Amino acid sequence: MKNVTQVLKQLYLEAPDKVSVHLLFSRQSDQAITYRELLHGSARYAQVLKQAEIRPGEVVILTLDHGEDLLTAFWGVILNGSIPSILPFLTDKLSPEIYRKSLAALFGITAPTAVITDPDFMGEVQKASKWTSVRAIISSVEVQNRISDINEVNFDQLRGLTSPLEDIVLLQHSSGTTGLQKGVALSHQAVFNQLESYSRALDLNHNDVIVSWLPLYHDMGLIAGFLLPILKRIPLVLMSPFDWVRAPYRLLQAISSYRGTLCWMPNFAYNFMAQKTRHRDLEGVDLSSLRAVINCSEPMYWKSHKMFLDHFQAYGLRSDALATSYAMAENVFAVTQGGINSPVKLDVIDQDAFLSRQIAEPVGERYKRKNLWLQSDQNKNPSVLNMLSAGQPIEDTNVRILDQQGVDLPERHVGEIALQSNCMLTGYYHRPDLTQKALLEGWYMTGDLGYLANGELYVTGRKKDLIIVGGKNIYPQDLEYLASEVEGIHAGRVAAFGVFNERTGTEDVVIVAEVDYDRLEARQPGSSDIQDQTERIAAEIRERVTRGSDIALRYVHVVDRNWLLKTSSGKVARRANREKYLSEFSGV
Amino acid sequence: MDETIYSNLSQYIVIEILKQSIREIAADEALISSGLIDSFNLVDLALYVEDNYSVHIDDTELNADTFDTLDQLVSLIQERIL
Repeated sequence: MKNVTQVLKQLYLEAPDKVSVHLLFSRQSDQAITYRELLHGSARYAQVLKQAEIRPGEVVILTLDHGEDLLTAFWGVILNGSIPSILPFLTDKLSPEIYRKSLAALFGITAPTAVITDPDFMGEVQKASKWTSVRAIISSVEVQNRISDINEVNFDQLRGLTSPLEDIVLLQHSSGTTGLQKGVALSHQAVFNQLESYSRALDLNHNDVIVSWLPLYHDMGLIAGFLLPILKRIPLVLMSPFDWVRAPYRLLQAISSYRGTLCWMPNFAYNFMAQKTRHRDLEGVDLSSLRAVINCSEPMYWKSHKMFLDHFQAYGLRSDALATSYAMAENVFAVTQGGINSPVKLDVIDQDAFLSRQIAEPVGERYKRKNLWLQSDQNKNPSVLNMLSAGQPIEDTNVRILDQQGVDLPERHVGEIALQSNCMLTGYYHRPDLTQKALLEGWYMTGDLGYLANGELYVTGRKKDLIIVGGKNIYPQDLEYLASEVEGIHAGRVAAFGVFNERTGTEDVVIVAEVDYDRLEARQPGSSDIQDQTERIAAEIRERVTRGSDIALRYVHVVDRNWLLKTSSGKVARRANREKYLSEFSGV
Repeated sequence: MDETIYSNLSQYIVIEILKQSIREIAADEALISSGLIDSFNLVDLALYVEDNYSVHIDDTELNADTFDTLDQLVSLIQERIL
């Protein structure tokens, strides 16, 4: 097996003129980048890092906008033998102060030695880097100006060429203070094992064209929408998530014009695209080349598939192109894949048995006939749940379902999903405590709930208190911290959780916060209008959380003291409060 | 500023995007740079404007540089109606 630099060398020598990436932009024409150009650009970054005395094995943070530099900087870090980690960059809404804090949180644990960023962002990074391990802050423009063009890559001088397979090749972080302190470290070996197994599960072949709008700081974008195509010599058509969210039809136009065959999206994107794409923007669009649109990264709903199919079937989308996957950074990416050689399985189960006994009991054939895949109406049959299969485990990945004591559960019993594979994480970077907690006798405990039936995995929920919005992992404690800072709120008396929204196909974030009337009165004597006060508090929580996190907070409920349920140890019980919220405010 | 356009847009944003019943949006309140309207809703706003005023806002214009307040959005609509 070769390491990443050795594979890049082979691609450079064997297919220099092949287009590796078509970069799409909203205000300029598409840019085709060959393997030769990609490696020449990457070698420049490797040279800059070497000059800055950044050594193999050191972490380099990339915070760059969509464009060629993001791609070449990433590979350049690897060519240097260092470890890249791509982070989101500052958006309009996020307050710079919060971003700086997040970077500082990351620097504290990960101890990177260099940051590569866009020129407008240098100031922020410099401020965040003071008194940290960061020795070099490199501007993408400076690299273009300072380093002359490279006409030939001398691989023998690249320190990445000799990186051992078991060394860490990259880090992946999810967002927020908590996510940034938990970098998933992956080795060359793990990455290639995943790419091999996943390619087979996908029947990946040289007629494939991958089209992606996913951000590269996200697992799905980084692996399925970047590493897989480039290292497996499959053309990639890449657009920016910022452009996609403003004009989702452009993705469909790109699929049509490049004859895209594979596309990955989180569940909400199915709803989003169906609801926000106008037919007039799709004139002449032909989606018949798509052989798999893969739903991944957040709970999958067959209603979202149906909505997507109903809307785009007229443009040639085939119903058998709808596919699913269960994936996570801790397994590099895919754990399972469904819907490639046969349609995604739909398991029609009894709702009562599922809710009361956590057993997925299939309902009789009679119901099944009434509930034919993509033709049924769940509302007419409230006692039935339509579960979408995530498919079968990919090669060399094993899945078990365990009860609370870690004992295997029988088929169709819901328990925690545990996995073991040849592509697991090396560990959480510099966090042996978290690594140890996540592994049980060599099995990674996912924190997700699900069941197995006929070799297929069905993911049904989460054991951990994680919120997933549009495929992005959000840690509730980060949001609760932000809300607690609002005046008039009891510190520690806040609960954040997700509630599924059928219209958008993803979770809405809800915050319930207890108000401290005594302190309000003391601080603002005479302000007796409680209604006004709670409205001000709710507005402030919305603003603070929106500016301080990746989400736009809509649902805030300011409640009286002692509304929130607590555990015996006095901590706010998110799950129980979510139930209480649903029973009291649902439909509000 | 056209008060009717202003109040229609304000109402649309409050009810359909913010999902709040009691809330007013000031004419000079930042909508995009503040995160009040997040990126997932920008396209909704553009479609609403197009459906109700037959004014096209291109997707490349959906950012705080083109308009960030209702005041600016109403002006943009009025310019293009003419």
